[in-house]
Parts: sequence; structure tokens; C-alpha cells
Amino acid sequence: MANVITDETIDYVGILAKLELSAEEKEQAKKDLAEMLDYIDQLGELDTTGVEPMSHVFPVHNVFREDVVTNGDDRDNILKNAPEEKDGMFLVPNTF
Amino acid sequence: MNILDYTAVELSAAIKKGEVTVVEATEAVLAQIEQKEAELNCYVTLDKEGALAQANDIQKKIDAGELTGPLAGVPVAIKDNMCTEGMLTTCSSKILGNFIPTYTSEAVINLQKAGAVILGKTNMDEFAMGSTTETSAFGATKNPWNTEHVPGGSSGGSAAAVAADECFYALGSDTGGSIRQPASYCGVVGMKPTYGTVSRYGLIAYGSSLDQIGPLAKDVTDCATILETIASHDLKDSTSVERDTDFTKALVDDVKGMKIGIPRSYFGDGLDADVKEKVLAAAKVLEEKGAIVEEFDLDLVEYAIPTYYTIADAEASSNLERFDGVKYGFRAEDCDELHQMYKRSRSQGFGPEVKRRIMLGSFVLSSGYYDAYYLKALKVKALIKKSFDEAFAKYDMILGPCAPTTAPKLGASLSDPMKMYLGDIYTISVNLAGLPGISVPCGVDKNGLPIGLQLIGDCFNEKKLIQAAYSYEQARGKFSLRAKEGK
Repeated sequence: MANVITDETIDYVGILAKLELSAEEKEQAKKDLAEMLDYIDQLGELDTTGVEPMSHVFPVHNVFREDVVTNGDDRDNILKNAPEEKDGMFLVPNTF
Repeated sequence: MNILDYTAVELSAAIKKGEVTVVEATEAVLAQIEQKEAELNCYVTLDKEGALAQANDIQKKIDAGELTGPLAGVPVAIKDNMCTEGMLTTCSSKILGNFIPTYTSEAVINLQKAGAVILGKTNMDEFAMGSTTETSAFGATKNPWNTEHVPGGSSGGSAAAVAADECFYALGSDTGGSIRQPASYCGVVGMKPTYGTVSRYGLIAYGSSLDQIGPLAKDVTDCATILETIASHDLKDSTSVERDTDFTKALVDDVKGMKIGIPRSYFGDGLDADVKEKVLAAAKVLEEKGAIVEEFDLDLVEYAIPTYYTIADAEASSNLERFDGVKYGFRAEDCDELHQMYKRSRSQGFGPEVKRRIMLGSFVLSSGYYDAYYLKALKVKALIKKSFDEAFAKYDMILGPCAPTTAPKLGASLSDPMKMYLGDIYTISVNLAGLPGISVPCGVDKNGLPIGLQLIGDCFNEKKLIQAAYSYEQARGKFSLRAKEGK
């Protein structure tokens, strides 16, 4: 196995992905990530020199519209699914 | 005639003739659900009362001549990743277990305008990540042909519901084969249209550059009719395209002179012998009807899966950032501070497969690895697209299997994710290149499980696929679980 995923890498990925992993989950993630990366590494066999990365299959770029408001005030609807709300705002635990 | 024998288009015609009422059709399908659902688990949410209320309302509009379309009055099931106002929409995830959207996805609005009766929401792999519907937080769906087997995925609930007559048709979504593969496993017709054909507004995103909504149906006529109904140019989806949508015009029994290419690499190692035999027999049928069928070499097939999992997981890691316990869905209890709440809500709310993909996606996008993994995959995607362009310069369509095997047994796939990913080999490149693909039943294997024939077209060439699939279906004759059970 060419890719060795360290504990530090998993901790870092956990921060990026905003996930809190148990010790068992971390071990599994190390194994899974290394296996997938080994597999993905075969893309390295292909010479992609001068190839433009393709994010969209059609040659469409920016789709513009006139800068006018088309939607109304939807606050009450938006808050309907809030786990907690207060005074028309989302309520969250302490931020610091 | 039993109401459940009708296809969607036949049912709507019978309703307009006054032979069946919308309420009778809805009651018939609800009774079937009542009988089958405990065993199959196709639905996450079933709205019996709402369906009957819609049925009454739609009948009045049909009687008044306000609803005249080919799907008016027909009960439909919607995959649980499309938002439906006032109806639970979970993505089969604990993190959205209590989410009731305040708006409806564009594809579903298009169905409602056409007089569809929305029965409920179908089970799926959590966030559409999986090929078996076993990663659902609400239990696996069983394959109606054999309940020891999976229905495929991720639109497994939709495919199984159509196969078991728990609806007359269903909507699914396809990011790497999630409509075509379950259609293949459940013996129904499934189509993924060209990227941009159906609006993704209100579809909960997995891999945005790959996701497309499409139909799961009893036959090709229904499939073309549904696609014609849901396709629309929508300003709310900036990737939506303006194009021809008169798909039912292609329901013509004629393949004379059509050039069909069979990639040699699609029939190599790993392909089940029964699948190979039945798919090649279907090719022979098309050839006998006048199509020109020949083998060719399609490049880069083996690179599609690593490219796909890099791009899809990268997009998923970004798309699923929004589930953090603040605005909707599940929030972990007893958190002292904000960041802890994000982490705990996500860790408790997402299942293992979703976490696996978010982690891989976060990794390939991270500083230091972005160029080597994500950017490299986007470059290979360009090469894969070019390889298809070369194929479609020579052929009207590509023919092959939909999946290497028929439906595996429950529990056989999840223990080895890598093996599950490899099963996507024939469907996945279609999403990378934005192409349309259709799966049509072409027989059963030695265990009696359905096999799907896949036809792949160039972008915006759905009509060629529909015409070839329809012609094949005319020669094949009726294929359904009901027909097999002699009902």
C-alpha cells in the first residue's frame, strides 16, 4: 500500500470535514482512505499535460440575470425548520 | 382488467375515457402498498390522505377539461431527495429526519401541473451514496423479484416501487448510475437524461456537476412521456439548458440504419455470463431489425471510477457542509459551544458511507493534494469526454450492460465498499460526460433476477435512445413482475 495515512492526516481531515470520530472510526477511516487513494493513484498513469480541467461538460460559463429582487421576505418560512430560534433568528450555542 | 396492469399512459387514457376514476386508481395502488410494503420497504413517507385528496381534486380538473395531459390522474412516487412542500424529505438520513421543506422541487412541480397524484417519498441510499439502498437510515428496501436481494441504488425505493406496482411510475436521481442500475436490478425502465435537461432546483445536492433527475417506469412509452413532462428550462438552476423536449415523438418502431457501437472492454472480465448473453442477444434483436451493430474500442473505461469518486466526493464534501445543525435538520443535544455542535450534529447525523465520502472529498480538495487529486480528475474527465466524442462521431449510440451482475444479496456489498464502487463501471462515465443513458429490461439470469440493457447516447440525443429502446421493447414483448407472476 503506497498511501500511508497518519493519525495527523485523519485529525486534519476531521477538522476540514467537521466530523468528530471515535477511535474505532479513525482506524477504519485510515484504512479506507488509504485504499481509495491507492486506487485513485492510477490516474497518474495518464499523461494530462496540456489538458484543461473540465468542470462543466458544456461550454456554458456564467449565467446572468438582471439584478432585480424576485423573491419576497421569506423569514418565517425559512425559520420553520430551525432546531432553535429566537426573535426571528437562528439560535445557536455560544460561539466563543 | 386490474387497474395495476395499466402503464401510466394507459391509466391516464382510461381515466379520461371514464373507465377508471383517479380515486379508484389511487385506492388500488394504496391497497397494493398496504399489502407489499411491510416486506419491501419502498417508502420512507406515505401520504395516504393527501393522495386521496389530490385524487379528488385532479378528477374534478380532468372532468372540467382543465387537465388533459398524458399523465393526468396517475399516482407517482418521488425519491426522498426531492423537496416536497409540507412533506417530510429526509434523503434517508438521520440528519434530515425531521426536515419538512417549505418549497417544492421544480421536477415535482412540473408533475403536479400535469395532474400527478403524489403518493409519498421513496427510500434511497443515504444522500444517494450507495448502490444498494442499504445505507438508508430507515432500513433497506428489498428487491420485489426476490426479497433476499437488494433493489440496487441509490434510487432503490423508486425502482422497487415501480416493479412491485406500489406506484405507476417514480422519479429518481442519477449521479453515477442511481436510476439506471436499480432499474436494471428491478426489471423496469430507467433513464438519466443529458445533464441540464431536468432542473435540479429542490434536488438535495450530492455531486452537483453529475446529478440529474429522471424517470423510472413500466415501459419506454411511459419513460419518454414522464421525461417530456419533467424536462424544463429553469432559471432557478443555472445549469439548466434550453433544448428540445418532445421525447414522445421518438416512440417509433424503427432502427434501420442506426449505428450501434459495442465497446469490447464492456464485455471483459468481471461481467456475469448470463448478463453478457442476454445483453448481446438484445443487440442481436436490434441488428435483426436493421441496426448496424459493431464492436469498437472505447478508451479510458477503467479510469472512470477513480475519476468519479474523486469528483463526486469532492463535490459532496462541499455540498454537505450545509448540514450543521443550525438551519434545519438534526442538532446534537447538550453542546456547550458552536463548533462542538457542528461536529457532533454531523457525526451523529451522518451514516458511515456518507462520512467516508465527505472525508475523501475533504482530503482531495485540501491544500497540497488539490492538484494531485481533484485537478487531475477534472483533466481525466476531459479525456473521457473526448473519448466519447470520438465514439459518437462513428455511432448513434453505445450498447452495453447496465451493471456487471444482477442484484446481489442483501448484506453482500456493504462490507467491501471498493467492490461496490467497481459495480458502477458501466454507468459512471455517462455522468462524467453529461450523456443520456437508458436501462431497459432484456431478460433474467439463471436465478430469475432481471438484467438491464443500457443504451448510451451523445448529449441531447435522448430521442435516438428512446427510439431504439422502444423498438427493442416491441420485439421483446411484455416484461414485468406481474407478467411473470401470471397476474
